[in-house]
Amino acid sequence: MMAGLANVFGILLVLVITAALLTWVERRLLGLWQDRLGPNRVGPAGLLQVVADMIKILFKEDWVPPFADRIGFILAPAIVMAALLLGFAAIPVTPGIGVWPVDGVGLLFILAMISLSVYSTVLGGWASNNKYAILGSLRAVAQMLSYEVFLGLSLLGVVLQARSFDLRQIVAAQAGMWFVVPQFLGFLVFMTAGIAAIHRLPFDLPEAESELTAGFHTEYSGMKFGIFFIGEYVGIVLVSAMLATLFFGGWLGPVLPPLLWFLIKTGAFVAFFILLRAALPRPRYDQLMAFGWKLLLPLALLNLMVTAAVLLAF
Amino acid sequence: MYSLLKTLWLIFLHLFHRRETIEYPERKAYLAPRWRGRIILSRDPDGEERCVACYLCAVACPVDCIALQKGELPGGRWYPEYFRINFSRCIFCGYCEDACPTYAIQLTPDFEMSEYDRRNLVYEKEDLLISGVGKYPGYSFYRVAGLAIPGKDKGQAENEEPPFDPKTLLP
Amino acid sequence: MTVTFYLAAVVAVAATLQVIISANAVHALLSLIVSLLAVAVVFYVLGAPFAAALEAIVYAGAIMVLFAFVVMMLNLGADATRQERGWLVPAIWVGPTVLSAVLLGELVYLLRTGSAPAGGAVVSPEPVGALLFGPYVLAVELASMLLLAGLIAAFHLGRSS
Repeated sequence: MMAGLANVFGILLVLVITAALLTWVERRLLGLWQDRLGPNRVGPAGLLQVVADMIKILFKEDWVPPFADRIGFILAPAIVMAALLLGFAAIPVTPGIGVWPVDGVGLLFILAMISLSVYSTVLGGWASNNKYAILGSLRAVAQMLSYEVFLGLSLLGVVLQARSFDLRQIVAAQAGMWFVVPQFLGFLVFMTAGIAAIHRLPFDLPEAESELTAGFHTEYSGMKFGIFFIGEYVGIVLVSAMLATLFFGGWLGPVLPPLLWFLIKTGAFVAFFILLRAALPRPRYDQLMAFGWKLLLPLALLNLMVTAAVLLAF
Repeated sequence: MYSLLKTLWLIFLHLFHRRETIEYPERKAYLAPRWRGRIILSRDPDGEERCVACYLCAVACPVDCIALQKGELPGGRWYPEYFRINFSRCIFCGYCEDACPTYAIQLTPDFEMSEYDRRNLVYEKEDLLISGVGKYPGYSFYRVAGLAIPGKDKGQAENEEPPFDPKTLLP
Repeated sequence: MTVTFYLAAVVAVAATLQVIISANAVHALLSLIVSLLAVAVVFYVLGAPFAAALEAIVYAGAIMVLFAFVVMMLNLGADATRQERGWLVPAIWVGPTVLSAVLLGELVYLLRTGSAPAGGAVVSPEPVGALLFGPYVLAVELASMLLLAGLIAAFHLGRSS
């Protein structure tokens, strides 16, 4: 029981702190990729920038606009944080570390939590009672519903090969070869869909600041905005951890301890996501939809069919 | 698709490029001598004020941040009784420097003039006047101008011919 | 597990009640989502994690999002809420209450006499799939046909002619 509790709170603590630290990591990395330095003043190498930002954001006025729907406005940031943190519960970090295998349907549980996280965007946008916010939520809904389809479909190849929805068994099935090799198409589709599902740049159309001021969180300020912000980073970590677990063998790896392997793989994907942000422009909305339905959906289906056929044949 | 990958790779390579950031308080950026910063009033080589209070700078100033008042010394030299620049308005366009006929008002490569109190940004003549010649060494307005001042009569300036008396016919 | 079950069941019932009596459409929708999630927990406790996950993904995560989408698009303001309040008079409650009471009676009767499968073995995804594509393949195909027809119709209607 104690070990279980240590697991739960350890993972929660590490995850939240990592998500907060990622704000600094992202700014430093973006700086590097733009030939700048990034925040480097507060503390060693700017590490305490997170603390400074936290203090600042916590002391801001906790304000609900008078025209907003109070319940929805307060609930929205909590949903994204809760859903994505819960989703992380099903991720097996190492054989010993991991909160809850969800009775063999861990993968579905994570997908469910990701799909629930869209309510925060929808609700936040609607409750703000602001036209930019509602436009942002409309985009979020369409984008999430579209990309959730491929998010699930692209993983079915992995599930077929591992013959399980259980993430531990999926990792165990990759002892011989990482699934990124046989499931390369699935990997590409899942990565794209994952970025879109947590509306991370370059697919951040719900909050496209160049056209929608800040999209669904236009009216948000203070710690409510902060929760949205940190929630996005939790989403990045979650999708990175999923990529590492499903396609890159999770904790498997030579020499180094399993925990370190998991962290390295996840960290590499987080850095890659930041690189995507640094390098790629945001697509137009119709391009995003066309890209999803006309390219990713056929690819995901093709991947699924070929995998199933190969597995049936041999 | 290829272009996306190429973009990603090229941006990634920026990891190993030189940083453009200059860490300011510790390291200062190079400012050219003609950089337009804090405004000063210079003196001529003899140590007198160059400003002749002609008001051209105040007229040229697009934001009206220069205020001065003409005064006259016993010998006929003009000087500003007060000379006031409101740096909270100044846009450092350098028009005053261009307008100045005596090179008195000059812009310098210095921008570190933050204040906590806005009123401290109003610089009086004592704050503006420096003891040197600024960017134009050796130039003295009264030495080249035709005006008669004590110690220099008409026709005694540089490159100036002696005054011509129109009432005499002698060559 | 029993405690979890009853807790989730109470949440589901309460949330569903909220759905019915809430005058604000979006708040009603939120309650419906909570209700669906509570039902998912009930499924999970009863030993059907696959069904629970699908409930959360499909109903709470996808269909309800569309509902929310539509309701938000309709831009229901305070007027709609007032109108809704006007409709929720006690006289309206009589019919549904009687029907619900009948259903409740049946349920209690079945629970007292019938042999309800409570806390059975865990059903993993494979048997579900085998059932869907074995004995029930016709129903699955019919449902997929219906969905396809709906898809084509939506595409047709959505084209800007």
